[in-house]
Amino acid sequence: MSVTLLIEQLINGLQLGTMLFLMASGLTLVFGVMGLINLAHGSFYMVGAYVTALATASTGSFLLGLAAGVLAAAAAGAIVELLVIRRLYRRQHLDQVLATFALILIFSEGTRWLFGSSPLWLSPPEALAGSVALPGGSRYPVYRLVIIAVGVVVAAGLYLLIAHTRLGMRIRAGESDREMIGALGVNIRRLYTLVFALGAALAGLAGSLVGALQSVQVGMGEPVLILAFVVIVIGGIGSIKGALLGALLVGLVDTLGRVFLPALFGQFMAPSDAAGAGTALAAMLIYILMAVILAFKPKGLFAAHD
Amino acid sequence: MTRLHPTTTPAAERPAGTNRWLDRAHLVQGGLLTLMLLAPVAAHLLGEVYYVNLASRIALVAMAAVGLNLAIGYGGMISFGHAAYFGLGGYVSGVSAYHAFDGSLVMGLPGSDDMLVIWLAAALLCGLLALVIGAISLRTSGVYFIMITLAFAQMAYYFANSWPDYGGEDGLPIYLRNSLPGLDTNHALSFFLVCFTGLVFSLALTSRLMKSRFGAALSMARLNETRLATAGISPFPIRLVAFVISAMITGLAGALYADLNGFVSPSMLSWHLSGELMVIVILGGVGRLYGPLAGAILFVLMETLLGGLTEYWKFFLGLVLLGVVLFARQGVIGWLAGRERHE
Amino acid sequence: MSEAVLSMSGLHKRFGALQATHDVSLDLRAGEIHALIGPNGAGKSTLIAQIAGSLRPDAGQIHLGQRDITALGVARRARLGLGRSFQVSCLAEPLSVLRNVMIGAQALQGHSFRFWRPVSRDRSLLEPAYEALERMHLAHRADTPVAALSHGERRQVEVACALVLEPRALLLDEPMAGLGPEGSARLTELLETLKREVPILLIEHDMDAVFRLADRISVLVAGSVIAHGDSAAIRRDPRVRDAYLGD
Repeated sequence: MSVTLLIEQLINGLQLGTMLFLMASGLTLVFGVMGLINLAHGSFYMVGAYVTALATASTGSFLLGLAAGVLAAAAAGAIVELLVIRRLYRRQHLDQVLATFALILIFSEGTRWLFGSSPLWLSPPEALAGSVALPGGSRYPVYRLVIIAVGVVVAAGLYLLIAHTRLGMRIRAGESDREMIGALGVNIRRLYTLVFALGAALAGLAGSLVGALQSVQVGMGEPVLILAFVVIVIGGIGSIKGALLGALLVGLVDTLGRVFLPALFGQFMAPSDAAGAGTALAAMLIYILMAVILAFKPKGLFAAHD
Repeated sequence: MTRLHPTTTPAAERPAGTNRWLDRAHLVQGGLLTLMLLAPVAAHLLGEVYYVNLASRIALVAMAAVGLNLAIGYGGMISFGHAAYFGLGGYVSGVSAYHAFDGSLVMGLPGSDDMLVIWLAAALLCGLLALVIGAISLRTSGVYFIMITLAFAQMAYYFANSWPDYGGEDGLPIYLRNSLPGLDTNHALSFFLVCFTGLVFSLALTSRLMKSRFGAALSMARLNETRLATAGISPFPIRLVAFVISAMITGLAGALYADLNGFVSPSMLSWHLSGELMVIVILGGVGRLYGPLAGAILFVLMETLLGGLTEYWKFFLGLVLLGVVLFARQGVIGWLAGRERHE
Repeated sequence: MSEAVLSMSGLHKRFGALQATHDVSLDLRAGEIHALIGPNGAGKSTLIAQIAGSLRPDAGQIHLGQRDITALGVARRARLGLGRSFQVSCLAEPLSVLRNVMIGAQALQGHSFRFWRPVSRDRSLLEPAYEALERMHLAHRADTPVAALSHGERRQVEVACALVLEPRALLLDEPMAGLGPEGSARLTELLETLKREVPILLIEHDMDAVFRLADRISVLVAGSVIAHGDSAAIRRDPRVRDAYLGD
């Protein structure tokens, strides 16, 4: 097992982690501020990717496409909030789960209806198509490193937004006391729409960036959504800090587990069995991690809310 | 310690509800069951095997939802992972048949194509899985519970997907439908009757259970946990047992479902399936005995009718579901049979 | 002096910088009503939570009879004979009054993992429940859903729920709140007879009722018991006057 492979996989894990953070931060903000569990968050991921793919294809510019994708996801978020989500804030979690499950069906099948079942293709911009040398001699795609950088910038931006701006102050006030923020004279409905659209934009950004690595297709948001749930459950629902930590943890554990577990099992099992058992265990690893964390901390690592 | 009130006044027997069996709710329930039984018999007489199998499908989906309803509707435990039990039941059927077919052993035991053995194994394994998942998940509540049950089901899903021995993501065919002594299970109507019996059994069990002391405690755990504890009953074990029973019912439905399709695959474990079972419970009317049956009839008929018209029928299912959640909280059974009454 | 049925010794509870309970020692003896009074924020709710078992003290012990119940949970304490009523009504609203009371009778008869026999025909549950309701003059409301009851009636149901447990000690948290004059007069009368069977730790704001009912009174201020004695002594105590009128 070479150091090169380890470094490469660490970076891969980091990249998955930053993407998960983009998804999870929106989910956890929406839950923290509005008390809403949103299954349709993966749909914004998909909307971002589709619009980026289409806009990039028609303008020829990935950056313009990306901007369009993020804006479209934000707009989709705002519209969904205005039409559906705001009727759900005071409802039970069961209603929220079902209504947002219905939204997934509408988004996914609607997209399939419009664009068909075959995936769209989106490639990273020319300028980022190359690779750089890693210590140890192997090469790593620049685009993936850029994704990590974007993730870091967004995380820092989110931190500044929440810690140092008026909007952030209102978000924090909304998290600690929903009645209070109304009493402060903040237009709470607009705040909610804004927060929801922000979360959708972040999901759209993640979808657009990852869309250039994988194929853009219906249902692409769902595996990511479930990973993001695991992230926020581990981190503590409502906590941005928890989402960051959880995302990195899940990204690294999942990536490293998939590569190294089968090899590890190979040390003491027949190779054919080891591959099977290792792969199966690796696929479940983050869920096992989650179960272990919850067995000790039922509200996650940084619990902010009930 | 002496009793507080030595002068006992015997409890007045409350007047038995008059016309209990003639009221609207009972008429609707009886009607649904009769329809469920007579429609496939009629289809059989007309030689329409497809519709007999469709009825079997409705019965099994309804039975799975009856199990879920015990957790969600009666126990207030919003499980988003019941596909785990449905799928495990299915895999018990498939794996057992697979080993019975080639005579090999599974964990030192021979396979079996006897449904009775398969049901027993499915119920036990699902109960055991639910005991473990429930014991961890029930330490949490609210959104955490929803997400954890989802995550555990995903765990089962990915496990089935990546475990190569039983087909991995391709799934596992059941070449010969498992058998029951004295019955030709390959005969569509006979198999339907088995499924229908399963459904009736799960309904009767739920009904009886909810009238018992256990049911009283479970209702109280859902309605007011503090009251239950103050009355001297710990909510956790009550919930856990209800969760286990709920999983066993759903698992049995899954075992039969695999036999119906002659096939089991990880899609029986997918979170879409968990979501759809929830949808069925809600469409029908949550916490109502016959809600899951009404929901399953509606769901499968929509799937068949809308699915015949357009490939994108789930788009419309989404719209209907959104409408029901936002505007019609009672579900179909509430709309048909009137509001629920508590004793 | 008769032996203590319920006793607390050296209870401490701290939330961050707030000392919510500071070295509280109290006891409840057979045949008495022991009233616990104190201004808002004195830490009464925290103390009750520790006695009932929903909150663990940082230090100190609680005994029910000879038994140390400090480490036991709410349900366990209830089964051992600690009955309580809540300040804010804590009942299952959609269920009938009878069902709310019956659940206590059920706990008293052992575990609830009985899956078959319907409770609606179970005389061993119905009889004690009706009995407790009759004591509270509520038998005629047995089949009414709790949601349809008045504020005062809910209070009475709470007490009935506690009585059906055949408690060795009763913990009543402001049972008079929200009762009209007639209701509280009736409850006062009831508590007076009841205390001979089961001693009552009474937390109450209605001072008239406290002075009339209580055999002993303890005054809780800022987490500590600052005075203790019979009605007359408490009425005279300058520290109590200060605590209530000083700020």
